[in-house]
Amino acid sequence: MDGLLLAGATFCLLVSFGSTLFTLGAGKFRPGLVNLTAILMGFALLTADLWQRGQVQGSCPINSLFDVLVFMSWSILLIYLLVGPAYHLSLLGAFTSPLVFLVLLVAQLGPVGPSATGRFTRDPWIELHASLTLIAYGAFALAAVAGLMYWVQDRELKRRHAGALLYNLPPITDLGIANARLLWLGFCLLSAGFAAGFISGMQVHGAKFLASAAIWACYGLILLLRRARRLPPRRTAAASMLVFGVVLLSLPAIQYLSSPK
Amino acid sequence: MNIVCAGVSHRNAAVDIRETFAVGPHEMEATLEQVRKIDGLAGAVIVSTCNRVEYYTASVCPIRVLDGLRGFLEERGATQLARLYTHDSPASIRHLFRVASGLDSMVIGETEILGQLKQAYAAASGCGATTRHLNKLFQNAFRVAKQVRSETQITRGSTSVGAVAVDLAGKIFGDLSGRRVMILGAGDTSERTARSLVSRGVRTVIVANRTFDRAARLAEEIGGMAVHFDNWPQAFEGVDILICSTAAPHPIVTREKLEPLLAQRNGRPLFIIDLAVPRDADPALNDLESVYLYDIDSLEHIVRQSLDVRRAEVVRCEKMIDHHVRDFVSWMRTHNDHLS
Repeated sequence: MDGLLLAGATFCLLVSFGSTLFTLGAGKFRPGLVNLTAILMGFALLTADLWQRGQVQGSCPINSLFDVLVFMSWSILLIYLLVGPAYHLSLLGAFTSPLVFLVLLVAQLGPVGPSATGRFTRDPWIELHASLTLIAYGAFALAAVAGLMYWVQDRELKRRHAGALLYNLPPITDLGIANARLLWLGFCLLSAGFAAGFISGMQVHGAKFLASAAIWACYGLILLLRRARRLPPRRTAAASMLVFGVVLLSLPAIQYLSSPK
Repeated sequence: MNIVCAGVSHRNAAVDIRETFAVGPHEMEATLEQVRKIDGLAGAVIVSTCNRVEYYTASVCPIRVLDGLRGFLEERGATQLARLYTHDSPASIRHLFRVASGLDSMVIGETEILGQLKQAYAAASGCGATTRHLNKLFQNAFRVAKQVRSETQITRGSTSVGAVAVDLAGKIFGDLSGRRVMILGAGDTSERTARSLVSRGVRTVIVANRTFDRAARLAEEIGGMAVHFDNWPQAFEGVDILICSTAAPHPIVTREKLEPLLAQRNGRPLFIIDLAVPRDADPALNDLESVYLYDIDSLEHIVRQSLDVRRAEVVRCEKMIDHHVRDFVSWMRTHNDHLS
């Protein structure tokens, strides 16, 4: 079973991505049963994979960069399944599946090393800190996806070209609202995760602390400016994509500094 | 059993001819009663809309029924019977499937015809004028139309400037209820567009016109409020959709005028529909953040795009219809009893 569950989940995400491309290519995209079923199956397989590795490691399976990437993929799907229907943003799945597929592909084929194999015993507060932080990154990932959709729709409307994307993407106002709310969700989860870290009294590498604080401050600043009406939705969307890009790039370094030695 | 279709439509008869064939809702039941008396006819459905009048009949002897139908129409006062087109099965089946799918409509892909067909079928079925074959035929036609609509782009986009503007407003704001519209220049097209927006839930309409009386009249008609033309910037707060159609020889909505007003909007989108020629809105406004400017050419371009997409889809629709016609014909072969 080792690796099979993960390969199965990756395949499901590929099917979802492929189905999206096919339907978009046909010029008529309605997120259908194939897309949702593939995402649900991918989520179920990822959950099973995490549970299996959690049993092996005796803790939340986030003890290597590989584990972190898989957990983050699971978080992105979790947040999508929770908020996608609520905001009537089923098309979010069309943009989410390629992102998760890529993250899973990097985890399995990229130079990220294997899953941790030893048993790790940690303070529950540290476990809570790490898992909440990664779920927050899932929300930020979806905020970036909503931001990308906002940019695409903005471009379609500005071009005055009534292509398939214009008709099938959600209204730009709704995308702006979803982007902001996902940022708030991610920020609250991240803050809670950091609070759990403080409570645990864990020792943190200075560079990791600074990087984490910088990410938290960046998202906080975006939300502060948005609330103060200083950052219009288009720039909020751009900022959410940019900061999430930085998060993705800094993830290996942060993981290296926080992995059990 | 054969399905025979006879009728006139916008394709072969002008309105003055079509109106002599028309069957009003109040006379539908009586007309069906009379049609059923035609020798050899087992059942009938009459479709009478502004663009077509068609008789779909089930019969074992199509020639006798067609002769009877011609005589009946002549008696009813229909003129130019030579225009009457007739189809025997399977051409009649194909014709109905095409009509139901909007392929034979004046605007390809329009969906109103499906509702009209359903009404016609319900009226015939309600007075016992349908047969097993006609029931199956019409139910299949409704299914085919649904499939064609959902699996092709035959209904994509809108086919009038006003409808495109409303669609775009939906793509910008989503729900239009509670939105505010300002009309600069009370022209016919702007009025029609505003009415379409009001029908979609727009809350407030502000009308500004050079002649205040005309603005007041239009505002009263559509339940809005009028302002003096020179005061439109003061009344602009909270406006989401700006419709311009003045006769001004130069742009009246310029970057200099709009930028200070936009500063208070916190990036809330502004949709400008410029229907005027010469244009009322400076084209550079489209470069401003969260401002979406569509002039008459861009709206008409989208209309043409939609029609092109629909025309390009016809081949795919025809293939689907072919498949369903074959299925129906084979069903008819296996259920070819004279009593049905």
